[in-house]
Amino acid sequence: MEITARSLWTLIHGMGFGALYLMACSGALVELYRRYCTHNPAPPTERDARFLRIYLVAMAALAWLAVLTGAYIVYPWYRAVPPPGTANLAAFPQRLLMASPTTSGWHSLGMEWKEHAAWIAPISITMAASVVLQYGRNLKDHPQLRAAVLGFVWISLLAAGVAGFFGAMISKNAPVEGGPVIHIVQGEQK
Amino acid sequence: MSTQNASASAIPSARPNGAGAAAILAAGIGAFLVAVFAILADRSAAIKSLMIFWKPTGPLSGVTTCAIVLWIVSWAILHARWRNRSVALARVNAAAFALLILGLLLTFPRIADLF
Repeated sequence: MEITARSLWTLIHGMGFGALYLMACSGALVELYRRYCTHNPAPPTERDARFLRIYLVAMAALAWLAVLTGAYIVYPWYRAVPPPGTANLAAFPQRLLMASPTTSGWHSLGMEWKEHAAWIAPISITMAASVVLQYGRNLKDHPQLRAAVLGFVWISLLAAGVAGFFGAMISKNAPVEGGPVIHIVQGEQK
Repeated sequence: MSTQNASASAIPSARPNGAGAAAILAAGIGAFLVAVFAILADRSAAIKSLMIFWKPTGPLSGVTTCAIVLWIVSWAILHARWRNRSVALARVNAAAFALLILGLLLTFPRIADLF
């Protein structure tokens, strides 16, 4: 069982940071609603507020790691230009997608949207984390701030969802492969 | 009841909403700028070339770096102006959400191609 270095980085970017961020979004929405927006007259405890602060800061870190590894590690391999006359485009995913009308949309629509929309997620969640860090339990007294934080987390979930969906589909149609091979487990011989 | 009162009294007095409003509006501006720079780089060969900050990533490196730098600068300016006062948050939220949703829509290639 083995994996190429480029596949491993794609996994770290998509499954490690991206998918974890998507899952964390639903948790953040539930926590923000449960602790601040329900008709519970009791304010959140200091422990609850501290948990939410750490959770949102971790989410912001995940979102930034996802876009930075995507843009500066995986994307250059995706958009690499093959030398003239290259017949096998397997190592050049963008060109492989664009070579066929049945797959070109995954680049011209999918990647073109994903590569920009994805950045809305870290911007939005950094704002949410900053507001929760600054206001903490006081957020209970600021319904409009809470509404904005919740709304931005929803939009960040949508932006990350767009990036995740197209990332998965592009990887399915033209995976980023190559680089050194990493041997994980020695398979059994028949 | 007494427990609730004790918990409530432990909360520091409400601070002005200006610092939060600054973060919210700046995030809307940042999201919108990602789309604006992406469209500009797509429409003009000269801007596209200028946006190549790091060749392997191409114009995406400049588009996102410019948007992020301006987002942080706008956040710092708004924070400095609003941190100690309360602002009309309903209007700030409306503007921020309009910019955020426009940013998301304008990054969609079929819509960006209309410009």
